[in-house]
Amino acid sequence: MYEKDGERYFVVDGHIHFWDGTPANQANRYGEGFLNCFYDYHRNLSPDHAVWDLEHFQRQSEEDLLHDLFEVGYVDKAIFQPTYLTDFFINGFNTTEQDGALAEKHPDRFIVNGSFDPRDGEGGLAELERLAERWSLKGVKLYTAEWKGTSKGWKLSDPWSYRYLEKCQELGIRNIHVHKGPTIYPLNRDAFDVADVDDAASAFPELTFIVEHVGLPRLEDFCWIATQEPNVYGGLAVAMPFIHTRPRYFAQIIGELLYWLDENRITFASDYAIWTPKWLVEAFADFQIPEDMQGEYGALTPDIKRKILGLNLARLYDIDVPPGLGLAVPEQRDTSPVVAADRNEAVLG
Amino acid sequence: MTRTRPRPAVPVSAVWRALGTVRDPELDEPITDLGFVADAGVADDGTATADLRLPTYFCAPNFAFLMVADADDALRALPGVSDVRVRLLDHFASEEINGGVAAGRGFGAAFPDLAEGELAELRLAFRRKAHAACQERVATALLASGADHAELLRLRLGDAAGRVDGGELERLRRRRRDLALPAREEAPLLVDDEGAPLTLEELPARLRFARTTRISIEGNAGWCRGLLRTRYGAAEDARETAG
Repeated sequence: MYEKDGERYFVVDGHIHFWDGTPANQANRYGEGFLNCFYDYHRNLSPDHAVWDLEHFQRQSEEDLLHDLFEVGYVDKAIFQPTYLTDFFINGFNTTEQDGALAEKHPDRFIVNGSFDPRDGEGGLAELERLAERWSLKGVKLYTAEWKGTSKGWKLSDPWSYRYLEKCQELGIRNIHVHKGPTIYPLNRDAFDVADVDDAASAFPELTFIVEHVGLPRLEDFCWIATQEPNVYGGLAVAMPFIHTRPRYFAQIIGELLYWLDENRITFASDYAIWTPKWLVEAFADFQIPEDMQGEYGALTPDIKRKILGLNLARLYDIDVPPGLGLAVPEQRDTSPVVAADRNEAVLG
Repeated sequence: MTRTRPRPAVPVSAVWRALGTVRDPELDEPITDLGFVADAGVADDGTATADLRLPTYFCAPNFAFLMVADADDALRALPGVSDVRVRLLDHFASEEINGGVAAGRGFGAAFPDLAEGELAELRLAFRRKAHAACQERVATALLASGADHAELLRLRLGDAAGRVDGGELERLRRRRRDLALPAREEAPLLVDDEGAPLTLEELPARLRFARTTRISIEGNAGWCRGLLRTRYGAAEDARETAG
Protein backbone atom coordinates (compact mmCIF):
# COMPACT_ATOMS: atom_id res chain seq x y z
CA MET A 1 0.00 0.00 0.00
CA TYR A 2 1.22 3.45 -0.84
CA GLU A 3 -0.05 6.64 0.73
CA LYS A 4 0.60 10.09 -0.63
CA ASP A 5 -1.16 13.40 -0.13
CA GLY A 6 -3.96 11.71 1.82
CA GLU A 7 -4.68 9.23 -0.99
CA ARG A 8 -4.15 5.52 -0.42
CA TYR A 9 -3.30 3.08 -3.20
CA PHE A 10 -3.56 -0.70 -3.16
CA VAL A 11 -0.72 -1.95 -5.37
CA VAL A 12 -0.74 -5.10 -7.51
CA ASP A 13 2.42 -5.56 -9.53
CA GLY A 14 1.16 -7.44 -12.56
CA HIS A 15 4.42 -8.60 -14.06
CA ILE A 16 7.41 -9.78 -12.05
CA HIS A 17 10.18 -12.34 -12.53
CA PHE A 18 12.47 -14.38 -10.34
CA TRP A 19 15.10 -15.19 -12.95
CA ASP A 20 18.50 -16.73 -13.32
CA GLY A 21 20.41 -14.85 -16.00
CA THR A 22 23.88 -15.70 -14.69
CA PRO A 23 26.57 -16.79 -17.17
CA ALA A 24 26.45 -20.28 -15.64
CA ASN A 25 22.83 -20.60 -16.77
CA GLN A 26 23.29 -18.97 -20.20
CA ALA A 27 23.19 -21.78 -22.75
CA ASN A 28 24.66 -19.82 -25.65
CA ARG A 29 25.27 -16.35 -27.10
CA TYR A 30 21.51 -15.84 -27.42
CA GLY A 31 21.04 -16.18 -23.66
CA GLU A 32 23.85 -13.73 -23.08
CA GLY A 33 22.39 -11.35 -25.69
CA PHE A 34 18.93 -11.61 -24.13
CA LEU A 35 20.11 -10.80 -20.61
CA ASN A 36 22.31 -7.95 -21.82
CA CYS A 37 19.44 -6.50 -23.82
CA PHE A 38 17.33 -6.47 -20.62
CA TYR A 39 20.23 -4.87 -18.77
CA ASP A 40 20.39 -2.07 -21.33
CA TYR A 41 16.64 -1.50 -20.84
CA HIS A 42 17.30 -1.30 -17.10
CA ARG A 43 20.25 1.08 -17.41
CA ASN A 44 18.57 3.28 -19.99
CA LEU A 45 15.27 3.94 -18.22
CA SER A 46 16.09 3.71 -14.48
CA PRO A 47 16.91 6.80 -12.42
CA ASP A 48 20.57 6.79 -11.36
CA HIS A 49 19.80 5.76 -7.79
CA ALA A 50 18.00 2.62 -9.03
CA VAL A 51 20.69 1.33 -11.43
CA TRP A 52 22.33 -1.97 -10.44
CA ASP A 53 25.60 -3.51 -11.57
CA LEU A 54 25.41 -6.33 -14.10
CA GLU A 55 26.09 -9.06 -11.58
CA HIS A 56 23.21 -8.02 -9.34
CA PHE A 57 20.99 -7.71 -12.40
CA GLN A 58 21.79 -11.25 -13.53
CA ARG A 59 20.25 -12.79 -10.44
CA GLN A 60 18.46 -11.55 -7.33
CA SER A 61 18.21 -13.45 -4.07
CA GLU A 62 14.93 -14.23 -2.37
CA GLU A 63 15.75 -11.50 0.16
CA ASP A 64 16.40 -8.98 -2.61
CA LEU A 65 13.06 -9.68 -4.21
CA LEU A 66 11.08 -9.52 -0.97
CA HIS A 67 12.86 -6.31 -0.04
CA ASP A 68 12.45 -4.60 -3.41
CA LEU A 69 8.78 -5.48 -3.80
CA PHE A 70 7.27 -5.57 -0.32
CA GLU A 71 9.59 -3.91 2.18
CA VAL A 72 10.29 -0.77 0.20
CA GLY A 73 8.29 -1.17 -3.04
CA TYR A 74 4.71 -0.71 -1.65
CA VAL A 75 3.51 -3.85 -3.46
CA ASP A 76 0.59 -5.67 -1.85
CA LYS A 77 0.40 -8.55 -4.29
CA ALA A 78 2.74 -9.54 -7.13
CA ILE A 79 2.04 -11.76 -10.11
CA PHE A 80 4.81 -14.02 -11.39
CA GLN A 81 4.95 -14.19 -15.17
CA PRO A 82 7.22 -17.06 -16.19
CA THR A 83 9.54 -16.78 -19.17
CA TYR A 84 10.98 -20.19 -19.96
CA LEU A 85 13.46 -19.50 -22.79
CA THR A 86 14.86 -23.00 -22.47
CA ASP A 87 16.69 -22.64 -25.80
CA PHE A 88 18.69 -19.75 -24.27
CA PHE A 89 19.04 -20.70 -20.60
CA ILE A 90 20.06 -24.15 -19.34
CA ASN A 91 17.50 -24.41 -16.54
CA GLY A 92 15.10 -21.94 -18.11
CA PHE A 93 15.16 -18.20 -17.41
CA ASN A 94 12.22 -18.02 -15.03
CA THR A 95 9.92 -21.04 -14.85
CA THR A 96 6.64 -21.66 -13.07
CA GLU A 97 8.40 -24.07 -10.68
CA GLN A 98 11.09 -21.55 -9.74
CA ASP A 99 8.47 -18.88 -9.11
CA GLY A 100 6.15 -21.31 -7.36
CA ALA A 101 8.79 -22.46 -4.88
CA LEU A 102 9.14 -18.89 -3.69
CA ALA A 103 5.41 -18.24 -3.70
CA GLU A 104 4.76 -21.27 -1.47
CA LYS A 105 7.01 -19.79 1.19
CA HIS A 106 5.07 -16.51 1.10
CA PRO A 107 1.55 -17.54 0.15
CA ASP A 108 -0.17 -14.22 0.78
CA ARG A 109 2.26 -12.25 -1.38
CA PHE A 110 2.29 -13.87 -4.79
CA ILE A 111 0.13 -15.17 -7.57
CA VAL A 112 1.82 -17.81 -9.72
CA ASN A 113 1.03 -17.82 -13.42
CA GLY A 114 1.89 -20.68 -15.72
CA SER A 115 2.68 -20.85 -19.40
CA PHE A 116 2.12 -23.02 -22.45
CA ASP A 117 3.63 -23.45 -25.87
CA PRO A 118 1.26 -24.81 -28.51
CA ARG A 119 4.20 -26.40 -30.32
CA ASP A 120 4.32 -28.96 -27.48
CA GLY A 121 1.17 -30.60 -28.89
CA GLU A 122 -0.77 -33.20 -26.87
CA GLY A 123 1.98 -33.60 -24.29
CA GLY A 124 1.90 -29.90 -23.55
CA LEU A 125 -1.85 -30.02 -22.92
CA ALA A 126 -1.34 -32.63 -20.24
CA GLU A 127 1.50 -30.59 -18.77
CA LEU A 128 -0.72 -27.49 -18.65
CA GLU A 129 -3.32 -29.51 -16.79
CA ARG A 130 -0.68 -30.63 -14.29
CA LEU A 131 0.61 -27.06 -13.84
CA ALA A 132 -2.90 -25.72 -13.34
CA GLU A 133 -3.63 -28.25 -10.64
CA ARG A 134 -0.27 -27.89 -8.92
CA TRP A 135 -0.29 -24.09 -8.80
CA SER A 136 -4.05 -23.29 -8.97
CA LEU A 137 -3.42 -21.21 -12.05
CA LYS A 138 -5.65 -18.24 -12.82
CA GLY A 139 -3.41 -16.96 -15.55
CA VAL A 140 -0.74 -17.83 -18.10
CA LYS A 141 2.02 -15.80 -19.65
CA LEU A 142 2.70 -16.49 -23.32
CA TYR A 143 5.78 -15.41 -25.22
CA THR A 144 5.03 -15.90 -28.89
CA ALA A 145 8.57 -15.13 -30.04
CA GLU A 146 10.10 -17.97 -28.02
CA TRP A 147 12.54 -20.09 -30.02
CA LYS A 148 12.10 -23.83 -30.10
CA GLY A 149 14.68 -25.66 -32.14
CA THR A 150 14.30 -24.48 -35.72
CA SER A 151 11.01 -22.70 -35.00
CA LYS A 152 11.15 -18.98 -34.31
CA GLY A 153 7.82 -18.39 -32.66
CA TRP A 154 4.11 -18.96 -33.06
CA LYS A 155 0.80 -17.15 -33.35
CA LEU A 156 -2.10 -16.99 -30.96
CA SER A 157 -4.43 -17.81 -33.84
CA ASP A 158 -2.68 -21.12 -34.69
CA PRO A 159 -5.05 -24.12 -34.49
CA TRP A 160 -3.00 -25.70 -31.70
CA SER A 161 -3.02 -22.43 -29.80
CA TYR A 162 -6.83 -22.51 -29.85
CA ARG A 163 -6.77 -26.01 -28.37
CA TYR A 164 -4.64 -24.69 -25.51
CA LEU A 165 -6.94 -21.71 -24.99
CA GLU A 166 -9.90 -24.10 -24.87
CA LYS A 167 -8.01 -26.06 -22.24
CA CYS A 168 -7.42 -22.83 -20.28
CA GLN A 169 -11.11 -22.12 -20.31
CA GLU A 170 -11.85 -25.64 -19.11
CA LEU A 171 -9.28 -25.32 -16.28
CA GLY A 172 -10.52 -21.93 -15.09
CA ILE A 173 -7.44 -20.08 -16.35
CA ARG A 174 -9.03 -16.78 -17.36
CA ASN A 175 -6.15 -14.36 -17.74
CA ILE A 176 -3.98 -14.73 -20.82
CA HIS A 177 -0.94 -12.46 -20.73
CA VAL A 178 0.55 -12.07 -24.20
CA HIS A 179 4.03 -10.83 -24.91
CA LYS A 180 5.17 -10.22 -28.47
CA GLY A 181 8.83 -10.39 -29.43
CA PRO A 182 10.92 -9.60 -32.49
CA THR A 183 11.08 -13.06 -34.08
CA ILE A 184 7.81 -14.68 -34.98
CA TYR A 185 7.37 -17.00 -37.92
CA PRO A 186 7.23 -15.97 -40.69
CA LEU A 187 10.13 -13.59 -40.24
CA ASN A 188 9.18 -11.50 -43.27
CA ARG A 189 6.07 -10.18 -41.49
CA ASP A 190 5.87 -7.66 -38.66
CA ALA A 191 6.52 -9.74 -35.54
CA PHE A 192 4.87 -7.18 -33.28
CA ASP A 193 1.57 -7.31 -35.14
CA VAL A 194 -1.21 -8.09 -32.64
CA ALA A 195 -3.81 -9.22 -35.20
CA ASP A 196 -3.61 -12.76 -33.82
CA VAL A 197 -4.60 -11.46 -30.37
CA ASP A 198 -7.61 -9.85 -32.02
CA ASP A 199 -8.66 -13.18 -33.54
CA ALA A 200 -8.17 -15.09 -30.29
CA ALA A 201 -9.97 -12.45 -28.21
CA SER A 202 -12.99 -12.66 -30.54
CA ALA A 203 -12.96 -16.46 -30.46
CA PHE A 204 -12.68 -16.62 -26.64
CA PRO A 205 -14.85 -13.82 -25.23
CA GLU A 206 -14.78 -15.33 -21.73
CA LEU A 207 -11.01 -15.08 -21.49
CA THR A 208 -9.19 -11.84 -20.77
CA PHE A 209 -6.16 -11.04 -22.92
CA ILE A 210 -3.68 -8.74 -21.24
CA VAL A 211 -1.29 -7.50 -23.91
CA GLU A 212 2.00 -6.90 -22.14
CA HIS A 213 3.93 -3.71 -22.81
CA VAL A 214 0.65 -2.29 -24.19
CA GLY A 215 1.73 -3.60 -27.56
CA LEU A 216 4.93 -1.53 -27.69
CA PRO A 217 6.46 -0.93 -30.16
CA ARG A 218 3.06 -1.09 -31.90
CA LEU A 219 0.97 1.00 -29.53
CA GLU A 220 -1.26 2.00 -32.45
CA ASP A 221 -2.05 -1.57 -33.50
CA PHE A 222 -2.75 -2.54 -29.90
CA CYS A 223 -5.09 0.43 -29.41
CA TRP A 224 -6.91 -0.43 -32.59
CA ILE A 225 -7.80 -3.96 -31.48
CA ALA A 226 -8.36 -3.07 -27.80
CA THR A 227 -10.90 -0.39 -28.68
CA GLN A 228 -13.00 -3.05 -30.40
CA GLU A 229 -12.49 -6.05 -28.11
CA PRO A 230 -13.77 -5.53 -24.54
CA ASN A 231 -11.72 -8.48 -23.23
CA VAL A 232 -8.37 -7.01 -24.32
CA TYR A 233 -6.36 -5.20 -21.63
CA GLY A 234 -3.07 -3.31 -21.66
CA GLY A 235 -0.26 -4.18 -19.23
CA LEU A 236 2.10 -1.29 -18.52
CA ALA A 237 5.34 -3.27 -18.08
CA VAL A 238 8.13 -1.45 -20.02
CA ALA A 239 5.84 1.55 -20.56
CA MET A 240 5.95 2.56 -16.86
CA PRO A 241 9.62 3.61 -16.59
CA PHE A 242 9.23 6.25 -19.33
CA ILE A 243 7.55 8.22 -16.54
CA HIS A 244 11.06 9.16 -15.39
CA THR A 245 13.11 9.64 -18.58
CA ARG A 246 10.38 10.90 -20.90
CA PRO A 247 7.33 12.00 -18.91
CA ARG A 248 5.64 13.66 -21.89
CA TYR A 249 5.85 10.47 -23.92
CA PHE A 250 4.53 8.56 -20.90
CA ALA A 251 1.63 11.01 -20.73
CA GLN A 252 0.92 10.36 -24.41
CA ILE A 253 0.90 6.59 -23.85
CA ILE A 254 -1.49 6.87 -20.89
CA GLY A 255 -3.59 9.45 -22.74
CA GLU A 256 -3.88 7.26 -25.83
CA LEU A 257 -4.80 4.23 -23.69
CA LEU A 258 -7.47 6.21 -21.86
CA TYR A 259 -8.82 7.39 -25.19
CA TRP A 260 -8.91 4.07 -27.07
CA LEU A 261 -9.59 1.81 -24.08
CA ASP A 262 -10.58 3.23 -20.71
CA GLU A 263 -9.31 3.36 -17.15
CA ASN A 264 -10.68 -0.11 -16.36
CA ARG A 265 -8.42 -2.00 -18.73
CA ILE A 266 -4.95 -0.62 -17.94
CA THR A 267 -2.79 -2.47 -15.40
CA PHE A 268 0.37 -1.54 -13.52
CA ALA A 269 3.60 -3.59 -13.64
CA SER A 270 7.25 -3.03 -12.83
CA ASP A 271 8.59 -5.94 -14.91
CA TYR A 272 10.83 -6.67 -11.91
CA ALA A 273 13.82 -7.18 -12.01
CA ILE A 274 14.18 -4.99 -15.10
CA TRP A 275 12.85 -2.17 -12.95
CA THR A 276 11.90 -1.89 -9.28
CA PRO A 277 8.40 -0.84 -8.17
CA LYS A 278 9.36 1.71 -5.49
CA TRP A 279 10.21 4.61 -7.75
CA LEU A 280 7.55 3.67 -10.31
CA VAL A 281 4.73 3.71 -7.74
CA GLU A 282 5.97 6.97 -6.20
CA ALA A 283 6.27 8.63 -9.60
CA PHE A 284 2.87 7.41 -10.77
CA ALA A 285 1.06 8.64 -7.66
CA ASP A 286 2.63 12.06 -8.30
CA PHE A 287 2.06 11.99 -12.03
CA GLN A 288 -0.28 14.24 -13.92
CA ILE A 289 -0.92 14.71 -17.64
CA PRO A 290 0.88 17.98 -18.51
CA GLU A 291 -1.51 20.91 -18.64
CA ASP A 292 -1.04 21.59 -22.35
CA MET A 293 -2.09 17.98 -23.09
CA GLN A 294 -5.10 17.89 -20.78
CA GLY A 295 -7.35 19.47 -23.40
CA GLU A 296 -6.90 16.33 -25.43
CA TYR A 297 -6.40 13.63 -22.79
CA GLY A 298 -8.05 14.97 -19.66
CA ALA A 299 -6.46 14.62 -16.22
CA LEU A 300 -5.76 11.63 -13.99
CA THR A 301 -7.87 11.45 -10.83
CA PRO A 302 -6.81 9.48 -7.71
CA ASP A 303 -9.46 6.89 -8.57
CA ILE A 304 -8.05 6.39 -12.07
CA LYS A 305 -4.63 5.88 -10.51
CA ARG A 306 -6.10 3.46 -7.95
CA LYS A 307 -7.60 1.36 -10.73
CA ILE A 308 -4.39 1.26 -12.74
CA LEU A 309 -2.11 0.61 -9.74
CA GLY A 310 -4.10 -2.27 -8.33
CA LEU A 311 -7.88 -2.41 -8.48
CA ASN A 312 -8.12 -3.55 -12.10
CA LEU A 313 -5.82 -6.54 -11.51
CA ALA A 314 -7.56 -7.25 -8.20
CA ARG A 315 -10.77 -7.65 -10.20
CA LEU A 316 -9.16 -9.98 -12.76
CA TYR A 317 -7.49 -12.17 -10.14
CA ASP A 318 -10.16 -12.08 -7.37
CA ILE A 319 -7.75 -10.41 -4.97
CA ASP A 320 -9.40 -9.12 -1.79
CA VAL A 321 -8.94 -5.39 -1.45
CA PRO A 322 -8.74 -4.35 2.23
CA PRO A 323 -11.47 -2.00 3.45
CA GLY A 324 -10.70 1.63 2.77
CA LEU A 325 -8.47 0.92 -0.24
CA GLY A 326 -11.19 0.77 -2.87
CA LEU A 327 -12.45 3.61 -5.03
CA ALA A 328 -13.28 6.93 -3.39
CA VAL A 329 -16.26 7.24 -5.70
CA PRO A 330 -17.90 3.81 -6.03
CA GLU A 331 -18.63 2.56 -9.53
CA GLN A 332 -22.22 2.75 -10.86
CA ARG A 333 -23.80 -0.68 -10.86
CA ASP A 334 -24.78 -0.69 -14.51
CA THR A 335 -21.54 -2.02 -15.94
CA SER A 336 -22.31 -3.38 -19.34
CA PRO A 337 -19.15 -4.44 -21.21
CA VAL A 338 -17.04 -1.38 -21.81
CA VAL A 339 -16.13 -1.00 -25.42
CA ALA A 340 -14.48 2.26 -26.22
CA ALA A 341 -15.60 1.78 -29.80
CA ASP A 342 -19.09 2.77 -28.62
CA ARG A 343 -17.80 5.77 -26.76
CA ASN A 344 -15.67 6.76 -29.73
CA GLU A 345 -18.44 6.15 -32.21
CA ALA A 346 -18.23 9.63 -33.63
CA VAL A 347 -14.57 9.14 -34.39
CA LEU A 348 -14.66 5.56 -35.56
CA GLY A 349 -17.70 6.09 -37.76
CA MET B 1 61.53 8.06 -54.04
CA THR B 2 57.92 8.84 -53.45
CA ARG B 3 54.96 6.79 -54.36
CA THR B 4 51.69 8.51 -54.78
CA ARG B 5 48.97 6.88 -52.85
CA PRO B 6 46.09 6.29 -55.26
CA ARG B 7 43.38 8.76 -54.50
CA PRO B 8 40.00 7.16 -53.84
CA ALA B 9 37.73 7.87 -56.76
CA VAL B 10 34.81 8.27 -54.34
CA PRO B 11 35.03 10.75 -51.46
CA VAL B 12 34.02 9.43 -48.06
CA SER B 13 31.53 12.27 -47.75
CA ALA B 14 29.67 10.84 -50.75
CA VAL B 15 29.44 7.49 -48.98
CA TRP B 16 27.92 9.18 -45.92
CA ARG B 17 25.52 11.13 -48.11
CA ALA B 18 24.41 7.93 -49.80
CA LEU B 19 23.90 6.24 -46.44
CA GLY B 20 21.87 9.27 -45.39
CA THR B 21 19.26 8.33 -47.97
CA VAL B 22 18.66 5.03 -46.19
CA ARG B 23 15.89 5.21 -43.63
CA ASP B 24 14.96 2.87 -40.82
CA PRO B 25 11.63 1.66 -42.26
CA GLU B 26 10.07 1.40 -38.81
CA LEU B 27 11.26 4.73 -37.38
CA ASP B 28 11.13 6.66 -40.65
CA GLU B 29 14.43 8.47 -40.06
CA PRO B 30 17.82 8.28 -41.84
CA ILE B 31 20.13 5.64 -40.36
CA THR B 32 22.87 8.28 -40.21
CA ASP B 33 20.74 10.52 -37.95
CA LEU B 34 19.83 7.57 -35.74
CA GLY B 35 23.49 6.72 -35.15
CA PHE B 36 23.13 3.31 -36.82
CA VAL B 37 26.22 3.84 -39.01
CA ALA B 38 29.23 2.94 -36.87
CA ASP B 39 31.75 3.51 -39.64
CA ALA B 40 31.90 4.20 -43.36
CA GLY B 41 34.70 4.60 -45.84
CA VAL B 42 36.26 3.85 -49.21
CA ALA B 43 39.08 1.32 -49.56
CA ASP B 44 42.03 1.93 -51.90
CA ASP B 45 40.56 -0.39 -54.48
CA GLY B 46 37.37 1.68 -54.56
CA THR B 47 35.26 -0.59 -52.37
CA ALA B 48 32.70 1.43 -50.41
CA THR B 49 32.27 0.10 -46.89
CA ALA B 50 29.79 0.62 -44.09
CA ASP B 51 29.39 -0.92 -40.66
CA LEU B 52 25.90 -0.72 -39.22
CA ARG B 53 24.87 -1.22 -35.60
CA LEU B 54 21.46 -1.35 -33.93
CA PRO B 55 20.07 -0.53 -30.47
CA THR B 56 19.72 -4.17 -29.39
CA TYR B 57 21.07 -7.63 -30.17
CA PHE B 58 17.51 -8.77 -30.88
CA CYS B 59 16.21 -5.96 -33.09
CA ALA B 60 13.74 -7.43 -35.59
CA PRO B 61 15.75 -9.21 -38.32
CA ASN B 62 13.43 -8.18 -41.13
CA PHE B 63 13.91 -4.45 -40.60
CA ALA B 64 17.63 -5.01 -40.07
CA PHE B 65 17.83 -6.84 -43.39
CA LEU B 66 16.04 -3.99 -45.17
CA MET B 67 18.51 -1.43 -43.82
CA VAL B 68 21.56 -3.48 -44.78
CA ALA B 69 20.12 -4.19 -48.24
CA ASP B 70 19.15 -0.54 -48.75
CA ALA B 71 22.62 0.60 -47.68
CA ASP B 72 24.13 -1.89 -50.10
CA ASP B 73 21.92 -0.56 -52.92
CA ALA B 74 22.68 3.07 -52.08
CA LEU B 75 26.44 2.49 -52.16
CA ARG B 76 26.34 0.46 -55.38
CA ALA B 77 24.56 3.36 -57.07
CA LEU B 78 27.50 5.69 -56.31
CA PRO B 79 29.53 6.47 -59.43
CA GLY B 80 33.13 5.24 -59.16
CA VAL B 81 32.49 2.55 -56.59
CA SER B 82 34.15 -0.73 -57.59
CA ASP B 83 32.56 -2.91 -54.95
CA VAL B 84 30.50 -2.65 -51.78
CA ARG B 85 30.77 -4.26 -48.35
CA VAL B 86 28.09 -3.54 -45.77
CA ARG B 87 28.26 -5.33 -42.43
CA LEU B 88 25.75 -5.45 -39.61
CA LEU B 89 27.57 -5.73 -36.27
CA ASP B 90 26.59 -7.32 -32.95
CA HIS B 91 23.24 -8.77 -34.00
CA PHE B 92 21.92 -12.27 -33.41
CA ALA B 93 21.36 -12.70 -37.16
CA SER B 94 24.40 -10.74 -38.44
CA GLU B 95 25.75 -13.74 -40.31
CA GLU B 96 22.54 -14.55 -42.18
CA ILE B 97 21.82 -10.92 -42.99
CA ASN B 98 25.33 -9.96 -44.10
CA GLY B 99 25.73 -13.14 -46.14
CA GLY B 100 22.29 -12.81 -47.66
CA VAL B 101 22.71 -9.19 -48.73
CA ALA B 102 26.25 -9.74 -50.05
CA ALA B 103 25.02 -12.62 -52.18
CA GLY B 104 22.04 -10.58 -53.37
CA ARG B 105 19.76 -13.52 -52.73
CA GLY B 106 16.94 -11.80 -50.90
CA PHE B 107 15.42 -12.26 -47.46
CA GLY B 108 13.71 -15.60 -48.04
CA ALA B 109 16.98 -17.23 -49.10
CA ALA B 110 18.83 -15.71 -46.14
CA PHE B 111 16.34 -17.29 -43.73
CA PRO B 112 15.34 -20.58 -45.33
CA ASP B 113 12.31 -22.24 -43.67
CA LEU B 114 11.69 -19.14 -41.53
CA ALA B 115 10.22 -16.78 -44.08
CA GLU B 116 7.26 -16.97 -46.43
CA GLY B 117 8.56 -14.58 -49.02
CA GLU B 118 10.22 -11.22 -49.32
CA LEU B 119 9.84 -7.95 -47.48
CA ALA B 120 7.84 -5.85 -49.96
CA GLU B 121 4.61 -6.12 -47.99
CA LEU B 122 6.32 -5.22 -44.72
CA ARG B 123 7.94 -2.19 -46.33
CA LEU B 124 4.64 -1.08 -47.82
CA ALA B 125 2.85 -1.35 -44.46
CA PHE B 126 5.45 0.85 -42.78
CA ARG B 127 5.60 3.36 -45.62
CA ARG B 128 1.86 3.75 -45.18
CA LYS B 129 2.27 4.32 -41.46
CA ALA B 130 5.01 6.89 -42.11
CA HIS B 131 2.83 8.66 -44.67
CA ALA B 132 -0.18 8.73 -42.36
CA ALA B 133 1.97 10.17 -39.55
CA CYS B 134 3.43 12.89 -41.84
CA GLN B 135 -0.02 13.80 -43.08
CA GLU B 136 -1.31 14.08 -39.51
CA ARG B 137 1.51 16.47 -38.57
CA VAL B 138 0.66 18.76 -41.46
CA ALA B 139 -3.10 18.57 -40.82
CA THR B 140 -2.67 19.28 -37.10
CA ALA B 141 -0.54 22.34 -37.85
CA LEU B 142 -3.23 23.66 -40.21
CA LEU B 143 -6.04 22.97 -37.73
CA ALA B 144 -4.06 24.79 -35.03
CA SER B 145 -3.79 27.81 -37.32
CA GLY B 146 -7.56 27.99 -37.75
CA ALA B 147 -8.45 25.70 -40.65
CA ASP B 148 -11.45 23.39 -40.29
CA HIS B 149 -11.93 19.87 -41.63
CA ALA B 150 -13.84 21.00 -44.71
CA GLU B 151 -11.05 23.36 -45.65
CA LEU B 152 -8.39 20.69 -45.14
CA LEU B 153 -10.16 18.59 -47.74
CA ARG B 154 -10.22 21.42 -50.28
CA LEU B 155 -6.50 22.11 -49.97
CA ARG B 156 -3.93 20.96 -52.53
CA LEU B 157 -0.33 20.16 -51.61
CA GLY B 158 0.75 23.45 -53.17
CA ASP B 159 -1.72 25.45 -51.04
CA ALA B 160 -0.05 24.33 -47.83
CA ALA B 161 3.27 25.95 -48.77
CA GLY B 162 3.83 28.94 -46.52
CA ARG B 163 1.14 27.79 -44.11
CA VAL B 164 3.06 24.87 -42.60
CA ASP B 165 6.73 24.19 -42.02
CA GLY B 166 8.45 23.71 -45.38
CA GLY B 167 10.53 20.77 -44.21
CA GLU B 168 7.42 19.04 -42.98
CA LEU B 169 5.73 19.49 -46.34
CA GLU B 170 8.76 18.17 -48.21
CA ARG B 171 8.76 15.14 -45.92
CA LEU B 172 5.16 14.50 -46.83
CA ARG B 173 5.97 14.79 -50.54
CA ARG B 174 8.81 12.29 -50.18
CA ARG B 175 6.52 9.82 -48.39
CA ARG B 176 4.03 10.24 -51.24
CA ARG B 177 6.70 9.44 -53.82
CA ASP B 178 7.80 6.38 -51.77
CA LEU B 179 4.27 5.06 -52.18
CA ALA B 180 3.97 6.20 -55.81
CA LEU B 181 1.12 8.51 -54.80
CA PRO B 182 0.51 11.94 -56.42
CA ALA B 183 3.02 14.41 -54.95
CA ARG B 184 2.65 17.40 -57.25
CA GLU B 185 1.35 20.86 -56.32
CA GLU B 186 -2.18 20.12 -57.49
CA ALA B 187 -2.49 16.77 -55.65
CA PRO B 188 -4.95 16.76 -52.74
CA LEU B 189 -3.29 17.50 -49.41
CA LEU B 190 -4.92 14.59 -47.62
CA VAL B 191 -5.35 11.17 -49.23
CA ASP B 192 -5.84 7.59 -48.10
CA ASP B 193 -3.33 4.75 -48.47
CA GLU B 194 -4.18 4.32 -52.15
CA GLY B 195 -4.15 8.03 -52.95
CA ALA B 196 -7.91 8.65 -53.01
CA PRO B 197 -8.93 12.00 -51.50
CA LEU B 198 -10.35 11.64 -47.99
CA THR B 199 -14.00 12.39 -47.31
CA LEU B 200 -15.36 14.61 -44.55
CA GLU B 201 -16.93 11.53 -43.00
CA GLU B 202 -13.75 9.52 -42.65
CA LEU B 203 -11.36 12.39 -41.89
CA PRO B 204 -11.72 12.58 -38.06
CA ALA B 205 -11.12 8.84 -37.56
CA ARG B 206 -8.21 8.85 -40.01
CA LEU B 207 -6.53 11.76 -38.29
CA ARG B 208 -7.13 10.37 -34.82
CA PHE B 209 -5.61 7.02 -35.63
CA ALA B 210 -2.76 8.64 -37.55
CA ARG B 211 -2.06 10.63 -34.41
CA THR B 212 -1.63 7.44 -32.39
CA THR B 213 0.60 6.07 -35.15
CA ARG B 214 2.74 9.22 -35.10
CA ILE B 215 3.10 9.11 -31.31
CA SER B 216 4.10 5.47 -31.59
CA ILE B 217 6.75 6.08 -34.29
CA GLU B 218 8.20 9.11 -32.49
CA GLY B 219 8.21 7.26 -29.17
CA ASN B 220 9.97 4.25 -30.66
CA ALA B 221 12.60 6.46 -32.29
CA GLY B 222 13.36 8.08 -28.94
CA TRP B 223 13.58 4.70 -27.21
CA CYS B 224 15.89 3.29 -29.91
CA ARG B 225 18.18 6.33 -29.70
CA GLY B 226 18.36 5.92 -25.93
CA LEU B 227 19.13 2.21 -26.13
CA LEU B 228 21.81 2.78 -28.78
CA ARG B 229 23.47 5.32 -26.47
CA THR B 230 23.31 2.89 -23.57
CA ARG B 231 24.72 0.08 -25.68
CA TYR B 232 27.54 1.94 -27.40
CA GLY B 233 28.29 4.89 -25.15
CA ALA B 234 27.13 8.47 -25.12
CA ALA B 235 26.97 10.71 -28.14
CA GLU B 236 29.86 9.34 -30.11
CA ASP B 237 29.14 10.79 -33.51
CA ALA B 238 30.59 8.40 -36.05
CA ARG B 239 30.20 10.96 -38.81
CA GLU B 240 32.63 13.34 -37.11
CA THR B 241 35.14 10.72 -36.11
CA ALA B 242 35.11 9.14 -39.56
CA GLY B 243 36.84 12.11 -41.21
